Amino acid sequence: MIEAPVFEMQAISKSFPGVRALHEVSFACGKGEVHALCGENGAGKSTLIKILSGVYRPDSGAVLIDGTEQHFGHPQEALLAGISVIYQEFSLLPERSVAQNLFLGREPLRNGLIDNGAMIAETRRVLELFGVRHGIAPETLVADLDVASQQMVEIAKAISLNAKVIVMDEPTAALNEAECDVLFALVDRLRASGTAIVYITHRMREVARIADRVTVLKDGEVTARFDQVPAPEMIVRAMVGRDISEYYPEPATPDEIGADILTVSGGANHAVHDIDLTLRAGEIVGFAGLQGAGRTALAMALFGALPFTAGRVTIDGRPLDIRTPRDAIRAGIGMLPGDRKASGLVLMQSVRDNGMLTARSFARLLGGNGANRFIDLSGMDALLDRMRVRAPSYEQEMRFLSGGNQQKAIVARWLALKPKVLIFIEPTRGIDVDAKASIYHLMRDLARAGTAVMMVSSDLPEILGASDRILVMRDGRIVGEFGRSASEAELMLAATGEAAGVAA
Amino acid sequence: MTEQSLPRPETRKRRLPQINPVYVLVVALILAIIVMNPAFGEPTGYMNFLKRVAALAILSAGALYVIVSGGFDLSVGSIMTLTVIGSSMLASNDPNSTYWIIPLMLGIGLVIGLVNGLVVSYLKVPSLIATLGMMITLNGVAFMWSGGAPRGYLPDTFRFFGRYNITDVPLIGILPIAVICLVVFGAILWWGMHRTNFGRMLHAVGDNPQAARLAGVPVQRVRISAFVVSALTAVLAGIILGGRAGVSVNIGSGFELQAITAAVIGGAQLLGGRGSVPAAIAGALALEAIFTLLNLLGLAQPVRLVVQGLILIGAVAFATYQRKRAGR
Amino acid sequence: MTEISQNRAPRRFRFERHASTLLLLAAIALYVILLLALGQARFLTLDNLVAILGRSITLCITAIGQTFAILVASIDLSVASVISAAAVVTSVMMNGDPAMMVPAIAAVLALGAAIGLVNGLVITKLEVNPLIATLGMSLIIQGVLSYYYNNFAGNVPVEFQIFAYGAWGIVPYSLLFMFALAGLAWFVLRFTRFGSDIYSVGGNKDAARLAGIKTARVVIGAHVICSLCAAIAGIYLASRLRSGAPWIGAEGVYDLESIAVVVIGGTVLAGGRGGIWGTMAGVIIFSLIDSIFNVAGVDAFVKQVLRGIIIVAAVAFYAARSQRPVA
Repeated sequence: MIEAPVFEMQAISKSFPGVRALHEVSFACGKGEVHALCGENGAGKSTLIKILSGVYRPDSGAVLIDGTEQHFGHPQEALLAGISVIYQEFSLLPERSVAQNLFLGREPLRNGLIDNGAMIAETRRVLELFGVRHGIAPETLVADLDVASQQMVEIAKAISLNAKVIVMDEPTAALNEAECDVLFALVDRLRASGTAIVYITHRMREVARIADRVTVLKDGEVTARFDQVPAPEMIVRAMVGRDISEYYPEPATPDEIGADILTVSGGANHAVHDIDLTLRAGEIVGFAGLQGAGRTALAMALFGALPFTAGRVTIDGRPLDIRTPRDAIRAGIGMLPGDRKASGLVLMQSVRDNGMLTARSFARLLGGNGANRFIDLSGMDALLDRMRVRAPSYEQEMRFLSGGNQQKAIVARWLALKPKVLIFIEPTRGIDVDAKASIYHLMRDLARAGTAVMMVSSDLPEILGASDRILVMRDGRIVGEFGRSASEAELMLAATGEAAGVAA
Repeated sequence: MTEQSLPRPETRKRRLPQINPVYVLVVALILAIIVMNPAFGEPTGYMNFLKRVAALAILSAGALYVIVSGGFDLSVGSIMTLTVIGSSMLASNDPNSTYWIIPLMLGIGLVIGLVNGLVVSYLKVPSLIATLGMMITLNGVAFMWSGGAPRGYLPDTFRFFGRYNITDVPLIGILPIAVICLVVFGAILWWGMHRTNFGRMLHAVGDNPQAARLAGVPVQRVRISAFVVSALTAVLAGIILGGRAGVSVNIGSGFELQAITAAVIGGAQLLGGRGSVPAAIAGALALEAIFTLLNLLGLAQPVRLVVQGLILIGAVAFATYQRKRAGR
Repeated sequence: MTEISQNRAPRRFRFERHASTLLLLAAIALYVILLLALGQARFLTLDNLVAILGRSITLCITAIGQTFAILVASIDLSVASVISAAAVVTSVMMNGDPAMMVPAIAAVLALGAAIGLVNGLVITKLEVNPLIATLGMSLIIQGVLSYYYNNFAGNVPVEFQIFAYGAWGIVPYSLLFMFALAGLAWFVLRFTRFGSDIYSVGGNKDAARLAGIKTARVVIGAHVICSLCAAIAGIYLASRLRSGAPWIGAEGVYDLESIAVVVIGGTVLAGGRGGIWGTMAGVIIFSLIDSIFNVAGVDAFVKQVLRGIIIVAAVAFYAARSQRPVA
């Protein structure tokens, strides 16, 4: 253990309705130390950091800064106590200069007026600490800087606030090789000057390059602590590895898998590249990868929400140009978005109306509940029954239903159209355990009925349990293909770039 | 947390249906008026009231379409003005002209609605600014057309809708055509909003345009259609208003805000997703009843404006407060 | 969940920043060309320039205030009624008596500040949409005003008419005042913490709040300034028209025009970007367009029609580039 840590989190627990985010997590960092924090999506890293920075309050446990217990009521208190967090979404004002951003809300005054000279001088001093070669001028507008420089500004802001602790969340996500080196040099300098740095990353090479110690979180608990950086496999294994429970339905047998329904060759847009894939009838294909790997972008491209700009897509062998969701729906593709509340549900409408929304969009404008070429709309109730959507009545507003029932209602929406391809993004997010099983069975039933199912998920056991075939994505590309018998570690290694995927 | 397993309800549980407070408000206001002026309780009294409010009620029902889709249409008042002035200029007293003037006006309304919708959907101008600009433009056109002083007046065939009463009706004495129009168009607008696929899509677009788009709703087309409906209803309201009140250069001025106020009183949510045609019509009745009460109390015309402003702010503030309490 | 980093600076951005300057130069060029083409070169004088600017003083003063409101991502549609109210109250209180000049101005300014305060409170505390809040306020002011007056009322003493009609050489006092006010506004935005806070709150309210800025106070302050400017504009108008009437604000369409002018000047409706000099450029562009219409002999009513179209086109031009919808 280190003596006199700059901050110490002791036995922190935090729960949200329905989910236990952190359980008895202890985490500390000393002066001049770079402490890497690793874990999959949803392991609890961001919750831990939000507690440290005052956004959340822990249910139990203590946060100590320089030995004294703190109770942050507002993120600003944490800032003043010397804790700065650099998130992936920068909190910079693009229309203001570097100096103005640095001194946001605390501009130096002289005779009651802003002392521009002092602001610029101080900004220059801080920037110089970086030894930044591409010279960021204090007067430059943030919007005119590239991402790497903007990140520098964020870090400069933290330094100028005399941060004792700087937390960096996936700082290299948008940087190229050269920019990464500049960042590492900066981290070295910060470490030398005594700042404690918490470095969140999934890139093992970076951990090896700059970390002093490593802590691994999994499912809200600490699964490993390393006082020296170990081999990457050790970290990865600590990140994954659960018992796959028994509630997944049987996978597809080879004769259940039918013809190619959807193929993509050379698909690309600003987020994904070199996409070649095939979805077949009767098959569930899982897409694994870390946040930012491009899985959702791929799904959106297939659905026409963020279309491909290059490449060829065919459905049932016919090439198609899918430019909008309506094109995709006409071609027989459906999609359940990952964020139900933001992109999937019309909360103030009834369950039945949510279910019928897509069918209505293609029905006669002035038609009512009668028949149209897709489905007899009066059959929606029967479909909802079949999905076993639990609600006092189907007139009930969608916002009152539980997550699982909401999800099922949306599946009903697509079922009404008898889709050829159905894309699920994070199908069981925010759904409790019992309902999850029914969603998996639903997907399998769909597949057996001939649909090609695509599933994007950040839950590795789910991917392994529910898919017939698994594709791993990283940096906008498909980097590996696996069978069901792969291990979580193999998938994670491919996702983090430590190993190339092996064809199943 | 296990889900509650409710048996699939064959019969829905009947709870006391939630009554929209606007209906209670209308009843209360009408009673207040009758107390102050018992003649109001007679058929002539309330039929005339309905005749007076018909234009606003139809207008509010149409404006509701745009509100539910998440926008504002401030051009409706000027559409009414243009309808009246244009009709009077074109009619030059020929009773037969009504038969082509009304379709022409509806055609113009259609074009105006389309332009509004296109500017909002494709040029991405906020609907408030786009329709405010349209309002100025149309007022200017009305001015231009009439040279500032409208000539001609509306022939009786035109004024039929706004002014004529069927007399000797059993039970209620007189039945103004305007009231018939109110019932007919109100029913049509109700059906459009609450019984068609279009109406459901409209609500979806206002509630969550992103979700609607990903569900395959043709969001732009729906929004444009809402503006078209709004403009067409404004033309109809203009015809009725012109019939009743005659021609004047500012005849439609202020109606757009009255329509929005009426919709808000009826419980419509201002950035979209919730609204009901009957409630908006009731809101119009309530608003007109308030104005009538003010008249009976001897308060001058400008007090209307003050009351309206207070109601507008109050209704929206109250709705926001309610929503926050419900945790939405 | 950011799949793609949103912070790459798009090249187009450059154009937006200079758009108002380009438009200004284009308008000037158009005006000059038109005058030459119509053989009216005699209008290319300094006197005429002063006259062009002079026609827009009311709009300019109003737009200066509107700039503050739009910078904090709000908007003020009540300015037209505030102008009317200010003009009427000025004229009635002064009532031809020079001794009442100062008290009248003080009272009207206080009224403007109070209206701005109420607007700001309704928007921040009651959380009412700024469009509705200020539209509602506009109705209330209009109602109260029309209750007491329905025509020109009171009159402005000759001594005060100097504000509108007096000049220093060929430059009218009013023009000097307008530039002084613009300069003051620019100074506040550039050199005071309040000005800096305005940009911060408009640019990213959450980041501002996180940094400890009292966002509600900033928004209220912006609205107070906006209504104050509208009041000043009304005072000027009263001096110009020698009296005040309840409809002069609406007649001049100052609400929509002040917004248009601010937007043309490069201040975005979503807040956080823009400034006073852009607004001034916008005012001059509008003036020139007006003059172009006059020189070309366009009918007054046609002018109004074209105005409406131009305003919408201007906002569309800028809106089509930004992404955030404002309803």
